[in-house]
Amino acid sequence: MKPTRILTVDDSASMRALLLHALTTQGFEVEQAEDGQQAFEWLATNEVDVVITDINMPRLDGFGLIEQLRDTARHADRPILVLTTESSDEKKRRARDAGATGWIVKPFDAEKLATAVRRVAH
Amino acid sequence: MNGIDIQAIFFDECEESLQAAEAGLDACKAGTQDGETINAIFRAVHSIKGGAGAFGYEALASYTHVFENLLGDVREGTVPVTSDLVDMLLLALDSLRDHVESVRGGTPAPDDAAIKARLAEAHENVGKDGGAAAAEAAPAASAPEPAAASGSSDTDDLDALLDDLLGSDPAPAAAQAPVEEAAEDEGEVEGDEWALYVCPQAGAMDNGSEPLLWLRELVELGGTCVKCDESILPQIDEMDPKEGYLAWTFAMPGSVERDKVADIFDFVGEQCLVLYGEEALNPPARERKVAAPEAKAPPAVAPAPAAAPASAAAKTEAAAAPSPTAAAPASQSIRIDLGKLDQLIDGVGELVIAQAMLAQRLTNEGLAHFEELAMLEGLVRDIQESAMAFRAQPISSVFSRVPRLLRELASSTGKHVKLVVAGETTELDKTVIERLSEPLTHLIRNAVDHGIESAEDRQAVGKDPEGTLTLSAEQKAGRIVIRIGDDGGGINREKVLAKAIEKGIVDPEVHNLSDEEIDNLIFAPGFSTAAQVSSISGRGVGMDVVRQNVKELGGRITIESRPGQGTDFVLALPLTLAISDGMIVQVGDQSLVVPLTHVVESLSPAESEIKGMGRNIRMLNVRGQFLPIVPLRQLTGGPCADASAEASMENGVLVVVETERCGQAALLVDAIIDQRQFVIKSLDTHYRSVDGVAGATILGNGRVALIVDVDRLVLDMTSRRQAPAEAA
Repeated sequence: MKPTRILTVDDSASMRALLLHALTTQGFEVEQAEDGQQAFEWLATNEVDVVITDINMPRLDGFGLIEQLRDTARHADRPILVLTTESSDEKKRRARDAGATGWIVKPFDAEKLATAVRRVAH
Repeated sequence: MNGIDIQAIFFDECEESLQAAEAGLDACKAGTQDGETINAIFRAVHSIKGGAGAFGYEALASYTHVFENLLGDVREGTVPVTSDLVDMLLLALDSLRDHVESVRGGTPAPDDAAIKARLAEAHENVGKDGGAAAAEAAPAASAPEPAAASGSSDTDDLDALLDDLLGSDPAPAAAQAPVEEAAEDEGEVEGDEWALYVCPQAGAMDNGSEPLLWLRELVELGGTCVKCDESILPQIDEMDPKEGYLAWTFAMPGSVERDKVADIFDFVGEQCLVLYGEEALNPPARERKVAAPEAKAPPAVAPAPAAAPASAAAKTEAAAAPSPTAAAPASQSIRIDLGKLDQLIDGVGELVIAQAMLAQRLTNEGLAHFEELAMLEGLVRDIQESAMAFRAQPISSVFSRVPRLLRELASSTGKHVKLVVAGETTELDKTVIERLSEPLTHLIRNAVDHGIESAEDRQAVGKDPEGTLTLSAEQKAGRIVIRIGDDGGGINREKVLAKAIEKGIVDPEVHNLSDEEIDNLIFAPGFSTAAQVSSISGRGVGMDVVRQNVKELGGRITIESRPGQGTDFVLALPLTLAISDGMIVQVGDQSLVVPLTHVVESLSPAESEIKGMGRNIRMLNVRGQFLPIVPLRQLTGGPCADASAEASMENGVLVVVETERCGQAALLVDAIIDQRQFVIKSLDTHYRSVDGVAGATILGNGRVALIVDVDRLVLDMTSRRQAPAEAA
């Protein structure tokens, strides 16, 4: 079976590296973008199974990215997970309302990531 | 990539974030307080917090959390950006820097109690004053009220927008009217198993969610589907693919905890009704969906008419907001391990040597004028320059730390100093940058402490009570010239000389020191003119260390002081440490390299210009100035007896060099062979440290040549013969 392909979007290089490490060890294929704008442009011509995005980023933030993707027919139903530092219901509601499929609460470990991805990967 | 690598990236990033936050706060202080500036500060602290949590640095994570809370208030406009606030945030940033340093160095976390309390207090005050208003504002945020008044973040605007787009909230399942009878008794759950009822609502498939995956996960946990309720499934022509018509009852093994199951449905929230245990066996009755357009239409395409103008406005705003920044070009960069980069640069160094060797060989064969050879030389030079550029970093990373330093100095000395910076984009080798911050810090402390007068003294002589520190960097003739200037009183030469005599640095009998020589006395070890030793500078260990640091970087430091007007310290640094320009000289059967940075001029002396002083000392008269002659033959272990020295003097060439501590001297060599770039190889790593030798290089002919440590060599020679100044 083809491995699940994931785009990670985070302006922090260390967070990208952590995600890359954790996801590849779980057998996922990983692509990376440094902010929402770069991710959106990349996704215009590329395909992934799941997008994992940070919220606070320069240029285009995570919610902005989700909004743009949801407006794009090809990505309207794309599973998108947001990385958040808080697990309050308020934050979850906000993420859901913004169009996120789910979330990953930081700090995360490889298993937590994999579970979240499998829960949304079509 | 292992954990250590990722941590290293994190620390690099912390540095970038700290600088970004500081730049942002400085901009705030200067009056730029727009959303993007504040947001950048918030992001910087937020990013450090994220990493701190990921790596388990608890003290850092806890501190950044408190810091971020307040910045969140600032971003939302609930805390006004006042000068006092910016000052406090700058202090908080300093403390954050200390936190990062402590984590990086593995030292105990700094005492942040005081600043943390101030941050927390400022944040909590918001809760008291604006909390109630904010709570009210949140649900009403869909109205186009000024969002800044709301207590929630900018994402609330987005929430509002999405609420508008989606119409009203999907009705909670519990509110559905009971029309049909409850499920029959088919769903038997036995033993220690417990029942679970899952009923996705309309909207459960929004945002790319897939209910089927949750059901699969339940099965993976050991659950068994005991019933599927399709009682409200409509006819196929009435079916809306996004609607939830089915409900399932599962029997879950007793070993599976309820929380674990709840986790599966965490993402979907209210759009999927989930019931446990007894409740699951008696789910609320479900209503058959009527194919009425207003009830069935996907909410996303039918916003409530009243909300439409607001949503349109919100949409325009949301679209317009990121555009100024979105236009900025994406920074295309990759991170490379420094070790790999150095390997490449090392390789390029070898390439330079190989190319030189080839050129030499071809010249020997009489084939020097091939076009291809010139082409190769040009290409090699291009590659070398590109490789060097990889290691180059803008000096702004060093300069950007200066404002903090000045703030600290202002609070400890009471001297407020304006900073003028020029040429901060000038690029320097990474290693040079890293090792530059210490001497630069010392020079700046020195300038504020000793150079710039107190406000009263300045006013007395008609100067602006606020002093000015000027920092500039520029590339000049293959060197980077950094100037640290103050508009203070200039060096008090009488005082310096008196002090130097008192400390025994200068012989009291000597009266003919030039201004420049007196200025340079402050670099002498053990020199200090501060009447009162302050905590900042003036311990008398500083300036000679500064000079040593600069020298180790292959650079030089000079002073330009104007009494009453100020003092400039000028640092001339090489562009890179790996490759340098040198003069290749012949001494006996050896080739030696004299770094070009030291060379002033070279000349063939007439006999009349050389004066003997005692048995072994010879002085060269250069336009009336007597310089000690240092025969390089001594370094190569050759005889330095009078006869041979005399003999070589006849045919030899004198290279006048400038040294850090002994002024100028003349190196006696047999001949000057060439002048070109060479790659420095450390002797320490390949052999051992040798006095008077700075390193080695490979020449075009493949032979190894030693690089002369001019400062050390001249110092050794002159100190062995006692002070040459007396002789002059």
